Amino acid sequence: MIGERVEKGRIVMRVINCSEIIKNIKEMCIEANHFLSEDMKKAFELAVKEEESPLGKQILNQLEENLAIAGEEMIPICQDTGMAVIFVKIGQEVYIEGGNLTDSINEGVRQGYTEGFLRKSVVGDPILRENTKDNTPAVIHYEIVSGDSIEITVAPKGFGSENMSRVFMLKPADGIEGVKNAVLTAVKDAGPNACPPMVVGVGIGGTFEKCALLAKKALTREVGSHSNIAYVKELECELLEKINNLGIGPGGLGGRKTAFAVNVETYPTHIAGLPVAVNICCHVNRHITRVL
Amino acid sequence: MEKYITTPLTKEKTKDLKSGDYVYITGTIYTARDAAHKKMDESLQKNENLPIEIEGNIIYYMGPSPAREGRAIGSAGPTTASRMDKYAPKLLDLGLMGMIGKGKRTEEVREAIIRNQAVYFAAVGGAGALLSKCIKKSEVVAYDELGTEAIRRLEVENFPVIVVIDKDGNNLYETSILKYCK
Ligand code: SF4
Repeated sequence: MIGERVEKGRIVMRVINCSEIIKNIKEMCIEANHFLSEDMKKAFELAVKEEESPLGKQILNQLEENLAIAGEEMIPICQDTGMAVIFVKIGQEVYIEGGNLTDSINEGVRQGYTEGFLRKSVVGDPILRENTKDNTPAVIHYEIVSGDSIEITVAPKGFGSENMSRVFMLKPADGIEGVKNAVLTAVKDAGPNACPPMVVGVGIGGTFEKCALLAKKALTREVGSHSNIAYVKELECELLEKINNLGIGPGGLGGRKTAFAVNVETYPTHIAGLPVAVNICCHVNRHITRVL
Repeated sequence: MEKYITTPLTKEKTKDLKSGDYVYITGTIYTARDAAHKKMDESLQKNENLPIEIEGNIIYYMGPSPAREGRAIGSAGPTTASRMDKYAPKLLDLGLMGMIGKGKRTEEVREAIIRNQAVYFAAVGGAGALLSKCIKKSEVVAYDELGTEAIRRLEVENFPVIVVIDKDGNNLYETSILKYCK
């Protein structure tokens, strides 16, 4: 039950039942695959206005129409309804009852993908490749935070764009120019494969896996928002301009709108390294957050 | 240019399709993606028959989401074509005349397209809900066990695609970028 507090000696915990988690994950999987967030819709409107290529404009119009049909008729925006990537921030004053948290999240994914007519795109083993038939398991990232609530973000990720993502272990001497080159290289190589206009998530710093996680998280940040670190904000703007000057355009068929946004996240790193990850997302940049 | 074509495709028909043309396809096409291509390739290596007629046909690289009741199909947009590059030249040499997907192809595929006077179309990636409206009928015809990756026979009506690589090997992905890069 949500909201109930249990006294255990001096410790006060908020109880959240697993059934709430299952229900919310299920609803979020379905919602994310049929409706994009407001920031993405605005990005589309702006892009249609600004696109110079007639074919590019036509494609953007089709994509807007596609979004309208998806929502009205409950047909997934894209047939690749993704692998379910889930970020969970658990307040350390939360007590979860009624089952195992990871199992509950996967149960929510199972119900969402089955009952929501979403595509099951997950194979149980990367080499043996047998479909699990319910899109589980999800890729779950937990974070313990202070407080007594759970924040869940569901971000189904398509693989046309995931496959074009990269990690670069740069040297400190490569500096910010090295970072720019890395991002532009990844975007150029992705081209039409990643269903542009893209959203580009960049993680700089940390370790090999940390920068990849930062890049993935960056994709869930609002399109049009900027880092509050001055040089990072500048980098985001400069990279977006450079990417849109590549000429790739909507659908990769030429035009000005290759990306809607470049979101960069940073983290401290080692004296010897400069890890950079570029996680590319297509225009179907799906993410929904709820707080329980 | 806008053009309307019907399947099956012939060299007569692909002759008129130029890189950059906006084409509406009506007729029968087949879906196949990674796993189905692998299976077809295994059949060919064993000298077995393919489960579908290849000659004159179009393969759509697509794995749909499940259909809701009363609908022919779920969301149905293209998948990345390059994953089928390993298999495509062989199928083209067997008479495949068209492929619908999204994204770049290898030089081997481009050469096989020229050699066989075939064509590579792109459908707009990520427009699966919209594209599903042009699919009137869908039926699994092979490899049912592959689920979304099974081979389906689709009846399409004015299915919108863009010619990327035409029979002369002109490649829209390469030429169009030059126009807009700064
Ligand atoms: S890259 Fe995105 S839009 Fe393109 S097919 Fe995959 S999920 Fe859909």
